[in-house]
Amino acid sequence: MPAAIEVRDLHKRYGEVQAVAGIDLVVKAGEVFALLGPNGAGKSTTVEILEGHRPRSSGDVTVLGYDPETGGRRFRERIGIVLQEQAIENQLTVTEALRVYGSMYPHPRRPAELIELVGLGEKATSRIRTLSGGQRRRLELALGLVGDPDLLFLDEPTTGFDPSARRQAWTIVESLRSLGKTILLTTHYMDEAQNLADRVAVIAHGEIVAEGAPDTLGGRADASSLISFRVPSGPIHLPAGIEVSPGPDGVIQVRTPDPTRVLHRLTSWALDRGISLDGLTVTRPSLEDVYLELTGGEE
Amino acid sequence: MRARPTLGRLVWQQIRYQNTIFWRTPASAFFTLVFPLLFLFVFTLVFGNDDIPELGVTTAQFYAPSLAVFGAVSATYTNLAITTAISRDEGILKRIRGTPLPPWVYIAGRIGSATYLAAVAATIMLGVGVAFYGVRIFAVSFPSVVVTFLVGVGCFAALGMLVAAIAPNGDSTPAIANATLLPLAFISDVFIPPNANAPSWLSVIADIFPLKHFVVAFQDAFNPGVVAAKPSWLDHFQWDHLGVMALWGVAAMVLAIRYFKWEPRSGERTGRRRRRRREPVSESA
Repeated sequence: MPAAIEVRDLHKRYGEVQAVAGIDLVVKAGEVFALLGPNGAGKSTTVEILEGHRPRSSGDVTVLGYDPETGGRRFRERIGIVLQEQAIENQLTVTEALRVYGSMYPHPRRPAELIELVGLGEKATSRIRTLSGGQRRRLELALGLVGDPDLLFLDEPTTGFDPSARRQAWTIVESLRSLGKTILLTTHYMDEAQNLADRVAVIAHGEIVAEGAPDTLGGRADASSLISFRVPSGPIHLPAGIEVSPGPDGVIQVRTPDPTRVLHRLTSWALDRGISLDGLTVTRPSLEDVYLELTGGEE
Repeated sequence: MRARPTLGRLVWQQIRYQNTIFWRTPASAFFTLVFPLLFLFVFTLVFGNDDIPELGVTTAQFYAPSLAVFGAVSATYTNLAITTAISRDEGILKRIRGTPLPPWVYIAGRIGSATYLAAVAATIMLGVGVAFYGVRIFAVSFPSVVVTFLVGVGCFAALGMLVAAIAPNGDSTPAIANATLLPLAFISDVFIPPNANAPSWLSVIADIFPLKHFVVAFQDAFNPGVVAAKPSWLDHFQWDHLGVMALWGVAAMVLAIRYFKWEPRSGERTGRRRRRRREPVSESA
């Protein structure tokens, strides 16, 4: 299958500001790809170039076989765009808006079907003016899907959602994935990227600083784990060969690439002496830790 | 499976949907359709409906065509400028730009809808004039009325899009549109009949702008004296007035296309860019 999105050496400058400084990106057809990055890192600019909203300064961009700058009507018939905070004509009803926007595409999806998909059934004939913030976002998602696109751009799809609305949005994205749609989403929620994306790229300062599956991003798979626990006060001699460091609040921490072996030694040592290891936890660096490290902790 | 929608169908659909939005916005419907009628009502109440001595036509025979033009101009110039700029601020224009709808179809839909509303406004005005104020319509000058209407409405639709194109944001557009239209209306024979005592430079200024040409061409077509003097319907076309409006319309259209923006100017990125460009100016000031 050919790639849905191919980007080589993309640059975008605004006056003296280099917003995008040499990005390479390949998104395969049928993939859910997440762009992570702090505000101002260049992720919105990149996505807007891919959508055809913005010309690039240099580089090669192919989206669904088209150059977004020149693809025009045929290109836009095959993509769907869900931007954040974008108004829809307030005077129309939900069904009317879906019908009007659908009429611009050769193969529109039926309004009733989309309303069902995003769960706006009880609002189908209400004016858009009367929708709550969450309902409006769901309508925006429906509008992104109205042309039955091959590629869907989702710009921070769940920002401002409550937890249950987020779950619902994720379920919709999952169902789109199963239909074989390619999805490019931007987000700054780590759990969203973790849950939805097949692959993730982290953008900082206009460049991609890491790329991979959420589980392996930034060497997560190989990174050392952190074992922490408490022991009763008093002099304690831990088994030899385990390097400990004091954590906050008297917590003892052990950093190791081999948690299985270390844990075994620790627990048998503790059982032998009748000591309890209070609050024993093993953690791997979260996607968030990796992300903060990669982007220099800015947000 | 349906085929790609035809352009004609898309334009028609856009006109219909812009009309729906208009009728569901009571404030703009009121200002465009009812407001000019209030003027007719008040003017005939204050001045009575006898002949205006200098003109030889009744108050209503003078004001109905003038206010029909005023309504048509409100429906195109003021209305298009304000609603287009607001739609841009809200991001609706950007949303449209992300769909396969050709941009010109969207603009054509807006202008088509505004033209229709201008026709409704003018028809209501003339209809009320005929029904309640004894206004007379002449068959021989009616072709000229229609052509003048279309050229005038095209001209003011282009000017309205130009205001939308250059206005910094939707909040400032009503002020820009009204501050340009209302003073011009006062010197363009809309509210005040031509007066021999007025300084001549005032009418020279008015002649430069298109509104007076629209108004005068309309008034002449409804003036029994003028109509009686021109037996052929062809004689009623006033090419000088039409020419001035066409010139303004084409110039406005060229500039509107040149400067039109689909994205809000208050957007984060554009805002930052603008500030940066302004810096040297503020430092030297």
